[in-house]
Amino acid sequence: MDYEVMIGLEVHVELNTRTKIFCGCSTEFGGAPNTHVCPVCSGMPGSLPVLNKEVVNKAISVGLATNCDITRNSKFDRKNYFYPDNPQNYQISQLYYPICRNGHVIIEVDNPDGIDPDTMHTLWSDPATDSKCEEITESERTEKGKKLATYKKAVRIHEIHMEEDAGKLVHDGFTDETWVDFNRSGVPLIEIVSEPDMRSAEEVVAYLEKLRETVQYLNASDCKLNEGSMRADVNLSIRKKGSTEYGTRTESKNLNSFRAIRRCIEAEIERQIEIIEDGGKVVQETRRWDDEKGYSYPMRSKEDAQDYRYFPDPDLVPLVISQEWIDNIRDNRPELRDEKKIRYKEEFGIPDYDIDLITGEKALADLFEEAVAEGADPKKASNWLMVETMRLMKEHNLDADQLKFSGTNLAKLIKLVDAKEINNAVAKEVFEKAIFLDNLDPEKYVADNNLSTKADSGELEAVVRKAIEANPKAVEDVKAGKGKAIGAIVGFVMKEMKGKCDPAEANRMIAEQLKNI
Amino acid sequence: MQDILSISAVDLGKKIAAGEITSVEATQAYLDRISAVDKDINAYITVMTEPALKAAEEADKMIAAKKAAGEELSPLAGVPIAVKDNMCIEGTLTTCASHILDNFVPTYTATAVQKLIDAGCVIIGRTNMDEFAMGSTTETSYFGATKNPRDLTRVPGGSSGGSAAAVAAMECPAALGSDTGGSIRQPASFCGVTGIKPTYGRVSRYGLIAYGSSLDQIGPLGKNVTDCATILEVISGHDAKDSTSAGADETSKQDERTTDYKFTEALVDDVKGMKIGIPRDYFLEGMNEDVKKAVLDAAEVLKSKGAIVEEFDLGMVEYAIPAYYVIACAEASSNLERFDGVKYGYRTSDYLDLHNMYKKTRSEGFGAEVKRRIMLGSFVLSSGYYDAYYVKALRVKALIKKAFDDAFAKYDVILGPVAPTTALKLGESLSDPIQMYLGDIYTVSVNLAGLPGISVPCGEDSNGLPIGLQLLGQTFDEKKIIRAAYSYEQYRLNNMSLKCDDIFGKEA
Amino acid sequence: MVITDETIEYVGILAKLELSDDEKEQSKKDLSDMLDYVGKLNELDTSGVEPMSHTFPISNVMREDEVTNGDDKENMLKNAPESNQDAYIVPNTF
Repeated sequence: MDYEVMIGLEVHVELNTRTKIFCGCSTEFGGAPNTHVCPVCSGMPGSLPVLNKEVVNKAISVGLATNCDITRNSKFDRKNYFYPDNPQNYQISQLYYPICRNGHVIIEVDNPDGIDPDTMHTLWSDPATDSKCEEITESERTEKGKKLATYKKAVRIHEIHMEEDAGKLVHDGFTDETWVDFNRSGVPLIEIVSEPDMRSAEEVVAYLEKLRETVQYLNASDCKLNEGSMRADVNLSIRKKGSTEYGTRTESKNLNSFRAIRRCIEAEIERQIEIIEDGGKVVQETRRWDDEKGYSYPMRSKEDAQDYRYFPDPDLVPLVISQEWIDNIRDNRPELRDEKKIRYKEEFGIPDYDIDLITGEKALADLFEEAVAEGADPKKASNWLMVETMRLMKEHNLDADQLKFSGTNLAKLIKLVDAKEINNAVAKEVFEKAIFLDNLDPEKYVADNNLSTKADSGELEAVVRKAIEANPKAVEDVKAGKGKAIGAIVGFVMKEMKGKCDPAEANRMIAEQLKNI
Repeated sequence: MQDILSISAVDLGKKIAAGEITSVEATQAYLDRISAVDKDINAYITVMTEPALKAAEEADKMIAAKKAAGEELSPLAGVPIAVKDNMCIEGTLTTCASHILDNFVPTYTATAVQKLIDAGCVIIGRTNMDEFAMGSTTETSYFGATKNPRDLTRVPGGSSGGSAAAVAAMECPAALGSDTGGSIRQPASFCGVTGIKPTYGRVSRYGLIAYGSSLDQIGPLGKNVTDCATILEVISGHDAKDSTSAGADETSKQDERTTDYKFTEALVDDVKGMKIGIPRDYFLEGMNEDVKKAVLDAAEVLKSKGAIVEEFDLGMVEYAIPAYYVIACAEASSNLERFDGVKYGYRTSDYLDLHNMYKKTRSEGFGAEVKRRIMLGSFVLSSGYYDAYYVKALRVKALIKKAFDDAFAKYDVILGPVAPTTALKLGESLSDPIQMYLGDIYTVSVNLAGLPGISVPCGEDSNGLPIGLQLLGQTFDEKKIIRAAYSYEQYRLNNMSLKCDDIFGKEA
Repeated sequence: MVITDETIEYVGILAKLELSDDEKEQSKKDLSDMLDYVGKLNELDTSGVEPMSHTFPISNVMREDEVTNGDDKENMLKNAPESNQDAYIVPNTF
């Protein structure tokens, strides 16, 4: 029996505002426990929430970038449930009038095996034109000469709402107690709720990557799954192919990496198929994924009634969003990836492959643009990012936003190489240092550490003379027309100079001196 | 010292400003009075003897310095004021009259209280109340009932019963209370003092431990209208810490009344041409005849002073109580979730696990009336009932507001009783909750509609118990009701030869 | 409206209240009486009436994104029934 998988996602994104959503406490990561805490975010009696305007701005900007309608009269509701990470025992969220609704994003999914024609059905209509769109459109992308089949489809967004994050619970194994830290309590979140439009783990990953890229480009969040600034809950159901009714869905939580999401989806599909094949029924429930053990288990308890008694929070007033406010956000929106791609091609003329890689991370794109603005040649800047940067990121397991190197300093480095102040080997050495150090100025660093490979010609001349004297065999060979033999002399020079000279320059000088012998 | 105790807060402020008496002397006089009578009345949960005397010393220094510098003094500088025990004061036990908070010491001060402190007032103590302000008798307090100073066998009303009794028994010249469904006006009426429930949004709720967030307002209780208007002027104003406080957002900026806090300007003995409506539907069967007569006599007084007084049908009167209890209990059930034994207050000594800890802590920490309201509130918000009860009540609230809007299109002020009866005997009402709730019939609709209301004494019943007159205004029309109340009070003081001594001088 | 034992049990879970048998009986009666009384609201036709939250027009009350609070840990934790120098302590939740 063939099954169709329906997956919808609830994605929580921590917004990178300076302060919490309802109080003036810092959102900075990593403070000592309970040091970014006040009466409001620790649920003290008599305290009252006051909304952070920047949270609304960022939520609207994400909504616009994901083609949502902005709710003109929005409100906050209380979601009531008891848990120690939730200091008021209600979370301020939005149920009835979320800030954004009815959006969609277009995802591009790798599909090396070709598309299964069965999954090609029309499901989505474009709200802007009201015309039916093919859910899936095929395209081909060339990557380093290899043809990659991909397809595009729309994933609809049901709504985006604003809410507050919970505190952190830490288990103390020694006393078997739990410690409660409210530093994260009240950090602003948006929850992006999709329709059940995804059909595979690949589509889910493509959707999450699209969201992450969009939110990062908007400078609304760093979106790190492993640090919890982006979290995805997976709602999944299956149905027999051809059926039009939805199956019973489960919600899986605790997914901290793309790998965990893939594995959880695959396991959950298998689990649900097994239940149905055995004649059973899937139970609607929330399950917790254990990535180490590779299975999920239900999170229910008798004390969790899952009845949140939502009602409008009387401590907060309505949010009325004017067209002017929306226009202002739209007009000041940062450039998104797709727009950058087009511009890079037109403005810098660098290859598609480069553009794809550089714009894959906003931090890289920022570095690139800064370097070019400081006068670096676009292709050279791009090469540094694609080759050395990628290698070092992989080697040291770094994210792009952890690179300490600035675009300005990259431009300086390129200039030093162009001016032959340093050779490539030294440049790479400097670069590797610089990615870990704040604002390392290559010019100053090269000077301070005496790394210039533009050796003074007197010194180089002397060494070349010495090299010629020390390598009579090589000299003979060169004179006999074996041009390659010069390598041995150059090698001698480089060794004597401890690498601090330009090999081309050494080459030139050797040839000149040999002429005179 | 009897003299100091019987004069009004504003008069005491004048004496202090004039150097006739120091704040320390006045504070000591009240502390002595409390020591003498509070064992019988139980108006206070905490008497702040040492901090109050220290604050009084500071006040005396501040007053001297300001006088030397020729700076203006607040009319309340140096005056002792009592504060209901549901407003947070930094470093001071704040219990809400509940076991669950009986060791809670806030790290912050309610804005309204801070404004009094900034004006040089001396906070003298924390007054008793119904637990979490849920009740109208002050009998649900974990610290025992407060007695009515006018008759110790009777309740002082509630929930600000401690504040009203403290003023009536001359244990303070004035006090702050809070009013969610009548909790300032009804005890003021029962104890024969004056109280104002301001327009919702007029006084910041920051630091007020919430009962029904959309209904709660802090307000003054005092010996007369002048004291109440003066205190209200000090504590009013927009507060950036309370999103629901009026006066700063674009919409409320368009209405200048939202930022007009000069309530003492309305202390004018003149009601000529003022249109006053009396809702016929307020005078129901079963209402105490003495109350009815006293209230209608008061209307005659205002008429004789030139007001245009008419009877009219307000409508919606009988729907206010059910709508109120749905909304107030729903909000309370959520507001009181934070009392869970984790961050502050009481935690049960013995539990199996987290949820057992929650349940035992809350069941042991809350009293019966609080639990009753939490159960009702949780039920009406629960899945399947939300629309039928909670949303329905919000729609009825809109109809009640409309009924008042229609009335205020015709009248400046609405006049009626505060409560259908005078103070009941202790223990008389607790057994039948609905009967108890019915006593709130004239007060709760005012909170639902967010209106300002004032309660002023207007006579006594055959048992010598005080009766209160209630005057209501449109939102942000405090000045109108203050003027009407002041005019009535002047008549009463001049023509019934009542002096403060007569009212407040009785030994408790 | 008749309130069953199950309803009282359920509302007790929502409200985190554990009632004794006597309290449960009382609560059944109280809740039932109150709901009957509140049922009076159904006499009113409220179709087309917008549910009212705020009684006067107010909207868009917001603050700027500026840090205004410092570290008040010590004071906050002083009120905790159980804590160590860094955190509130609750029974094991894991």
